[in-house]
Order: sequence, then C-alpha cells, then structure tokens
Amino acid sequence: MIRVSNVSKNFGEFAALRDVSVDIPSGSLTALLGPSGGGKSTLLRIIAGLEDPDTGTVEIEGEDSTHLSPQHRGVGFVFQHYAAFKHMTVFGNVAFGLEIRKRPKAEITARVQELLELVHLEQFAHRYPAQLSGGQRQRMALARALAVEPKVLLLDEPFGALDAQVRKELRAWLRRLHDEVHVTTVFVTHDQEEAMEVADEIVVMAGGEVQQVGSPDDLYERPASDFVMGFLGPTTRVGGELVRPHDVELLSHPEAGTLPATVQRVVRLGFEVRVDLLVGGEPTWAQITREQARRLGTVPGDTVHLRAAAVAHRIAV
Amino acid sequence: MSPSRTDGPVAAADRPALVRDGRPAAPPAGSPERSRSPRSPRLRRRVGLGLGLGTATLYLSLVVLIPLAAVVWRSTEDGLAGFWAQVTTPESASALRLTIGASLLVALVNLVMGTLIAWVLVRDDFPGKRVVEVLIDLPFALPTIVAGLVLLALYGPSSPLGVDLAYARSGVVVALLFVTLPFVVRTVQPVLLELDRDMEEAAASLGAGRGTIFRRIILPSLLPAMLSGTALAFARSISEFGSTVLISGNIPFDTQVAAVSIFGQIESDNVTGAAAVSTVLLLVALLMLVAMDLLQRWGARRD
Repeated sequence: MIRVSNVSKNFGEFAALRDVSVDIPSGSLTALLGPSGGGKSTLLRIIAGLEDPDTGTVEIEGEDSTHLSPQHRGVGFVFQHYAAFKHMTVFGNVAFGLEIRKRPKAEITARVQELLELVHLEQFAHRYPAQLSGGQRQRMALARALAVEPKVLLLDEPFGALDAQVRKELRAWLRRLHDEVHVTTVFVTHDQEEAMEVADEIVVMAGGEVQQVGSPDDLYERPASDFVMGFLGPTTRVGGELVRPHDVELLSHPEAGTLPATVQRVVRLGFEVRVDLLVGGEPTWAQITREQARRLGTVPGDTVHLRAAAVAHRIAV
Repeated sequence: MSPSRTDGPVAAADRPALVRDGRPAAPPAGSPERSRSPRSPRLRRRVGLGLGLGTATLYLSLVVLIPLAAVVWRSTEDGLAGFWAQVTTPESASALRLTIGASLLVALVNLVMGTLIAWVLVRDDFPGKRVVEVLIDLPFALPTIVAGLVLLALYGPSSPLGVDLAYARSGVVVALLFVTLPFVVRTVQPVLLELDRDMEEAAASLGAGRGTIFRRIILPSLLPAMLSGTALAFARSISEFGSTVLISGNIPFDTQVAAVSIFGQIESDNVTGAAAVSTVLLLVALLMLVAMDLLQRWGARRD
C-alpha cells in the first residue's frame, strides 16, 4: 500500500498540495484524475521522491519513505515525454537499472529480452529511441521502469504526448499489462475517459486537494460534489439540481413533479438524441434514446414535461 | 532533440511505415540519401538552384579556395623537399611545435573548464550570473591586441600580482586561454539548457547516483558539443597572433608562435618559408574541422 498522510507542498506562493491524505491499495491500478494545476503530478512526484513534501509523510509498502532518495524508493517512473536515454539503444535503456545494480551479464540479457517481449519490442532491441514511434518509446520506458522490479509503478500522463489512436491502444494495453504484472500502479491523467477505462480506483484531485476517491462506477453514479459530477461526465440542471442528462425523463403530459419546458432543438446523434430545452427561460438539455424520441415525437416549439428519473443521482446547486 | 524538429518532412512521412514493417529505419540526418539535392522535375527550380549554387561556388572560390590554394602552391614552389626544408628550419619547427603543443594544452584545459563554466551558468543560480554571462563573451569582442595588452599589464614585468609570465611559454598559454574561453562554454551551454531533465530523474529512479547520472546520462549527451567547442578553441589557438605577440616577447626558438613566425619570415623576405608554415597551420586546421564534422555526424546519429 502507498499511504500518503497530510502532505502539503508549496511552490513559492502557489499551494500545489494542501494537506492531502490518500491510501492506494497494493496491486491496484489507480488513476489520479483532475484538471491541470490540480496537484496530481506533484503528488505523484512526491511519491516517487522527485519532490520533497513541505509537511506530511509518504509510506510505501509499510516503509516510511518520506526522506528516502528516489534511488532507494523502489519505484518505477514513466514520464509523459518518455525521458528516453537517447544515446542508448532500446536494449541499453531497459538494461540501465540492472547494470546499475551490477547484475550478471547473462541475467541482464535474459531479463531485458523477457521485458521487451512483454512490451512487444523484441525486434527493436538495437534501435535508438529516435528510430521509434511515440507509442513504442513509451512502451520502452515502461519496460525500463519494470526492469528493476519496482514496488510501485508511477506514470505521469503516460499517454499525453501520443495521438488519439495510439493513446486508445496503449490504454487497453496498459490495462492488460497490469492484469499480467500486478504491480501497484498509479497514473496521472486529466482525461476522465482514460481514468474510467483503465483504473480500478480513481482519486479525483483539484485545487491541491483530494475531492473524492472511489471506483469509476462510484464516482460516476455517486459523485460527492458538483465538481466531481461535472468532471466525470455531462451534467444538466433540472429544477435547481444537477443530474446526468440521460437521467432526465421527458413526458408529453404533466405528471407529479414535472416541469414544463419548451423544445428548442432536437439533435440526432445515431442511437442517442440530444434535446435542447428552455425551462422557465433557463436553457437545459436531456439525452434520450432514438426510440424514446420517436415515441415522444417532439419537434422544436413543442411543450414537454420533464423531471429527473427516480434513480437519478442529484446534487443541489 | 525531438524527431519532429530534426527530421525532414520526407523522413517524418516515411518513418511510421518503416517502423511498422520492421525494416531499417530512415537514414540519419546528413546521410547521402537525404542530403542529395531534390529531384524536382521543374526546370525553373533547377535553373534557380544552378544559379544559386554557381554564385556560392564562385564566391567561395574567390574568397576562400583560390587564396588558400595560392598559399599551398607558393609553399611548394621549390618542390616537396623545399617545402619540408622550410618547415623544418629550426625557427619554423620550434614555432610550430610551440603553437601546436600550447594549443593542444589550451584545448584540453578548455574542454574541462569550459564545460564546468557552462554547467555552473546553466545549473546554478548565483548573484552576478548575468555579469558573468556577458563577461564570457568579452574575449570574443575584444581586439586580440588589447587582450594582449591587458595580459601584459596583469602578468607582465610590472605585474600587480607579482606573477611575471612575460617572455615565457606559460605567458603564451595564458594568452591563448584568455582568447579561447568562450568556445567550449558557448557550444556546451545551449545543449545543456535543452538537456531533458526527465532523463536524469528517470535514471535516479532506476537507482543511479549523481556520479553515474553524470557519467552515463549527461556526459554522453554533452560530449559532441564539448569536443566541437574544443576543436574550435584549438583552431583559434593555432592561428592566434595579437594576444600572444606582446606577452611572448617573440623569442625565436623559445616563445615565438607560428603566426608571429610567419610575420617575421615575410618581413625578412622569405615568402616561401612563410607560405610553408601557413600551409602546415592550414592542414592542421583542416584536419581539426574534418574531425569536428565527423564528431557532429556521430552526435546527430541518434537525434
């Protein structure tokens, strides 16, 4: 387990972390999710020992690591821009940590070979990083970090520098890799879709504070605040409450608890239909299925009646 | 360092396909495949290219190649044996030995100290850093004879420091050190500035200590710049005249450098001798430039 307790960190006037405490269970794949400047990268770097906290402690697998140098923490770190050792081959990069540890040559060769197979780079061992694509470089960086058998693997926006297609592939691949390797993994991202897709657990951070911790489902279904709700998915307002747009029910006749609304626009997006509405002069929107839209048969200018579904999670604003 | 910056558009388009197929990657920058002139079918472009190339060649010939060829030709007027005889007169040989020896020493000192100064300027913060930044370039801007005068005042017979290097070979070395200071500093500094700090952090998290990080991560990245700066400093040293002429006292067989020796031989109407020594300096400089180019290719291989 990684236990971060009461960690604060200031850069000059700027408070990057304010009294942050969070536990990350062993063997999990955890996302630190939040907007830029929210403190997530700083927290990751503090766990790695690349920054020192002003106050608070960091424990890794039961050992107080607060004052340990990065060399002695047993963490693997993967950077957004790969941090490839440009003057070394792929093999040299992956072997680096093992050479530092003065492992026998034969063992290093075998281990590097095994890791390169794991990240599907076995034919590229003698290439230089400049001869690899971004995705390949990042996989090399991952193999390099895993080579020293770290207690925890930390990834700082690992897919941030890649284009959308490669990013998607690597996400799925990271998930599979984690299921194979089981090392406690923490990655930083500002992309909620990425966090939801890859992580077992998400720590939402903003303004240097932890906003909420939970599984992707928890956070989506039961957000603790309007911020978390808005960050994890689309929201819309119904009668002074924030709900998910797919939890808005549209009826052709008034019923208990409904509000009258004027249809502004109906946008068909394949299976889903987006209905823009005015409720008492306030704009709002609902997401319904194509089937529901057909049954409702509404056109702009119509009056409909809306309410939040009984199952909807609501947050008063 | 990023591939998008150093690669031509052709390479950028080629690379993904090459990498996917597992075939050899695109050739490194500067290889014959890439530096070949573009095979454009458009006549107009060709004519424009030919005109530009012709002008550049003519200019280079008039300003550089022909004068250089003239010097070489002049030096071998009495045949190769004559050339050799001129180069190996005790006076010429001594001057060349001193010049090349002192230049090698100066280059070596620059390699270490220049890198150190660049390091301090990039990685450390201290009061007066801006002043030092400007100071580094002073030897560039100062007329070398003024540099010589300054050094004579400081390290001459009436030295306020009590250090008298006038009329000594050490005085020559100090003068050369003074004028060559900026070369290594200014070639290493930008590379160090651009050096990816993430690499060092990655190495640290893999267990590398500070010494190992410097030796295995930083030094290999700086080495091409360090060496090319050193080569520049060396080339400047062998040609130095103004800064050494005052402090050395020009004692033949002792403190006279090659450039001053050439001047002396011209003064005493030995044009062939002057040309011979010049040719040797020219060859040494050329050798150094070729070595520098090879080094830069070696450095570019991985970017």
